[in-house]
Amino acid sequence: MSTIDLKLHIWRQKGPSDEGRYVEYAVPGVSVHMSFLEMLDVLNEGLLEKGEEAVTFDHDCREGICGACSMVINGVPHGPQKLTTTCQLHMRQFENGPFELWVEPFRATAFPVEKDLMVDRTAFDRIIESGGYVSIRTGSATDANETPIRKQDSDLAMDAAACIGCAACVAACPNASASLFTAAKISHLALLPQGQPERYDRVRKMVAQMDAEGFGGCTNHEECEAACPKGISVSNIARMNRDMLRAMLTAEDTVNVPGGE
Amino acid sequence: MELNSNEPTGPIEKRWDKHRFDMKLVNPANKRKFSVIMVGTGLAGGAAAASMGELGYHVKAFCYQDSARRAHSIAAQGGINAAKNYQNDGDSVFRLFYDTVKGGDFRSRESNVYRLAQMSVNIIDQCTAQGVPFAREYGGLLANRSFGGAQVSRTFYARGQTGQQLLLGAYQALARQVKAGTVDLNTRTEMLDVIIIDGVARGIVTRDMVTGAIESHLADCVVLATGGYGNVFFLSTNAKGCNTTATWRAHRNGAAFANPCYTQIHPTCIPVAGDYQSKLTLMSESLRNDGRVWVPKNAEDVTKDPGTIAESDRDYYLERRYPAFGNLVPRDIASRAAKHSCDDGLGVGPEVGGQRRGVYLDFEDAISRLGQKAIAERYGNLFEMYERITGDNPYKTPMRIYPASHYTMGGLWVDYNLMTTVPGLFAGGEANFSDHGANRLGASALMQGLSDGYFVLPYTVGNYLARTGHEEISDDHQEVRAAVERVETRMKKLLDAPNPSRTPDSFHRELGQLVWDNCGMSRNAANLEKAIERIPELREEFWDTIMVPGSGDDMNQTLEKAGRVADFLELGELMCRDALNRDESCGAHFREEHQTEDGEAKRNDEDFTYAAAWEYTGDLSAPKLHKEHLSFEYVQPSQRSYK
Ligand SMILES: Cc1cc2nc3c(=O)[nH]c(=O)nc-3n(C[C@H](O)[C@H](O)[C@H](O)COP(=O)(O)OP(=O)(O)OC[C@H]3O[C@@H](n4cnc5c(N)ncnc54)[C@H](O)[C@@H]3O)c2cc1C
Ligand code: FES
Repeated sequence: MSTIDLKLHIWRQKGPSDEGRYVEYAVPGVSVHMSFLEMLDVLNEGLLEKGEEAVTFDHDCREGICGACSMVINGVPHGPQKLTTTCQLHMRQFENGPFELWVEPFRATAFPVEKDLMVDRTAFDRIIESGGYVSIRTGSATDANETPIRKQDSDLAMDAAACIGCAACVAACPNASASLFTAAKISHLALLPQGQPERYDRVRKMVAQMDAEGFGGCTNHEECEAACPKGISVSNIARMNRDMLRAMLTAEDTVNVPGGE
Repeated sequence: MELNSNEPTGPIEKRWDKHRFDMKLVNPANKRKFSVIMVGTGLAGGAAAASMGELGYHVKAFCYQDSARRAHSIAAQGGINAAKNYQNDGDSVFRLFYDTVKGGDFRSRESNVYRLAQMSVNIIDQCTAQGVPFAREYGGLLANRSFGGAQVSRTFYARGQTGQQLLLGAYQALARQVKAGTVDLNTRTEMLDVIIIDGVARGIVTRDMVTGAIESHLADCVVLATGGYGNVFFLSTNAKGCNTTATWRAHRNGAAFANPCYTQIHPTCIPVAGDYQSKLTLMSESLRNDGRVWVPKNAEDVTKDPGTIAESDRDYYLERRYPAFGNLVPRDIASRAAKHSCDDGLGVGPEVGGQRRGVYLDFEDAISRLGQKAIAERYGNLFEMYERITGDNPYKTPMRIYPASHYTMGGLWVDYNLMTTVPGLFAGGEANFSDHGANRLGASALMQGLSDGYFVLPYTVGNYLARTGHEEISDDHQEVRAAVERVETRMKKLLDAPNPSRTPDSFHRELGQLVWDNCGMSRNAANLEKAIERIPELREEFWDTIMVPGSGDDMNQTLEKAGRVADFLELGELMCRDALNRDESCGAHFREEHQTEDGEAKRNDEDFTYAAAWEYTGDLSAPKLHKEHLSFEYVQPSQRSYK
């Protein structure tokens, strides 16, 4: 079985108020069939056996769907493989190097470091809380097939809804903008009939919350799309901007503007 | 302890309506006075918290992830069942009920299952109204597929991300209530104990995973929706954080734990690649709709490139043994068949621990019949995931799969109202034992989680509150302080073991292997007894040598893990005891002593038509068994046959 020897520089930070620094670790004999997180598990087991504290990192599903894992590897959120979360990244990507890796947390003013590689991303939840939903009471829905939806529209909505909320888009953006995340949710709901009644109200509230959280503005670098493990398209940002424009042109109480896409 | 199912009587299709009518309602003006603790915000807890917040109750919700959107429900791929009969293929509420009772091998409660089948229809309406982008046909109506052995197409799906989309729907509904101020959501907060006052559940003790603070939270009742315990095996398809801590702490405080030995082993997972393996990845069962399962007929061929093995040298063993259902036999049957093939030396893939544990799942025929595009449309993201993990391209070479721990049918015993044996303590979703009997059908867990969360708990909890009323409790009540102290003492014990030298993972791996080997896909009395002897020893070693560097006063993932492993070490023994007690084969529980000549499971209805509910007695090795006898009025028990 093929193995590689790694030299890692890992960001260690005791807590939000600690300054933090890179610490160097050698991890020899890494099987290329391991996932990146399994490689870190091996490192951590070694640290624990020496009585040292393990490197803290966020992870849960390890299947690329929960959006928990979040680290920057050699300057790239989630590492070198396109369309792949850190937990799905396997060491065979490094079979031919590089063998020296810098691993740091997703950085943004809106995401304070909690410890080591783990950050606080609750700003994303607050953006959803501000309006990223359809206001429907439990039990009040009509039959699901009463509202046919064009398959193409439904598919586009699903493309946007596939966002896992990992925040790689923010980590990749030179302005630390949360536009791709916010736009994905706005698009998902704007593309469906169920999302229409609150469509313009929603975009207004979510964009305001995004700004209030201290994320930067979008200046079309498109680094977000390149870093997104789910391939969420920047065309969603254009849709958000169009909806925002329309929302600004209408009074707050005229929530629904007919003739949207 | 007395087990009273509290099921309504009368015609089964009227029971839930009748029960709801008999419920006491809380005066709307009073709802705000009542507070409900909701532990877990996955499909069950998220849906329940959102719905109860919306009704006006004050909900305090908790989860261990940084966001409610990351609960393990997010990982469900395949779909959710509902008896909509949109396909006009003969489905009905009764058929879904019938299939679920039969699939559970006649070890579930008919009234609960019927209600589940009824609610399934409302779930699809509810989720669609929330904007869940279920797959659609070109005519604009919802699409369905047939799933996991069902002979009708009743499974709704959103590409391979059904759980994600359903959870986002519930999470968004929850977010709306957080904004409205009815739900107070505590993330990165782990529940570590239950507070019981005068025999009634009144609160929980938690640890703030960021600051380490141990805190008590009080309310008028407590709902646990904390998911399943499949991680007892260490390797499973569950998320790494899935745990039994909440349900096990409840058990230690008086809640009966039912049928812990009913654990589902899913047939289509990516096999173990090496001893560093940290989890196993599920390949959705929907793949079996188009993939054909086979192994080489001859042991010499197991290392050959599968493409070079002639058709006549392949054993499509499921199609051969079960001509009617073929590759779509229920999970337990497909899993055991794969195990047998590998035990017979016909397994494929790398050798780990001296055996090749893998069988082929081959799409060649489907690709030539339907074209690569159609297959990509159906399974594209799964194929990509497979390639990312294994480095193999399943469009070109067959997938390799092997069974893995996936779902737990056992859980806290609950009555028809989803209340445990502790008054005021409820359990929903995978955390309870209800509805699936000894085996769960595919696409039924999402259905159950959402049925419990949106449509059952909001009613039954409301009824409980209306009947019990509200009584203030202070933070320095002696029972509250005692529970907090219990948790603090335990933290100290984990941090200061006498001879710290072994990591939580090393114990977890050892326990997992032990339970997998002896209480996994196939069980027998001798092996179970062996495990029952070994687990208490392992527990002793754990408390003597567990090594947790760092402190309890800030974020410490090693400490979190150690606490969870400690609980698995107790649950593991109960699983084995339950498996030993159940001297029959049924559903996912296969006792080698009880099989037909051709290796099929043999139930013993005369002696075992009951749910085994275990009471904690203070001695982990002497739990007390209580039996809830099950009766079947509507579906007559028959030997399951998928031949
Ligand atoms: C890979 C995979 C695929 C699946 N696919 C399907 C499918 O296609 N169809 C289907 O029907 N079913 C499927 N299932 C099963 C189904 O997903 C689960 O049974 C179901 O989602 C469980 O939902 P839940 O709400 O009960 O629990 P979960 O979603 O697991 O949520 C548990 C919640 O409890 C919280 N929690 C747990 N412990 C604590 C604690 N101690 N303190 C505080 N909070 C705690 C967690 O933070 C989380 O919020 C699949 C399961 C897996 C593993
Ligand atoms: S751990 Fe869930 S996406 Fe990586």
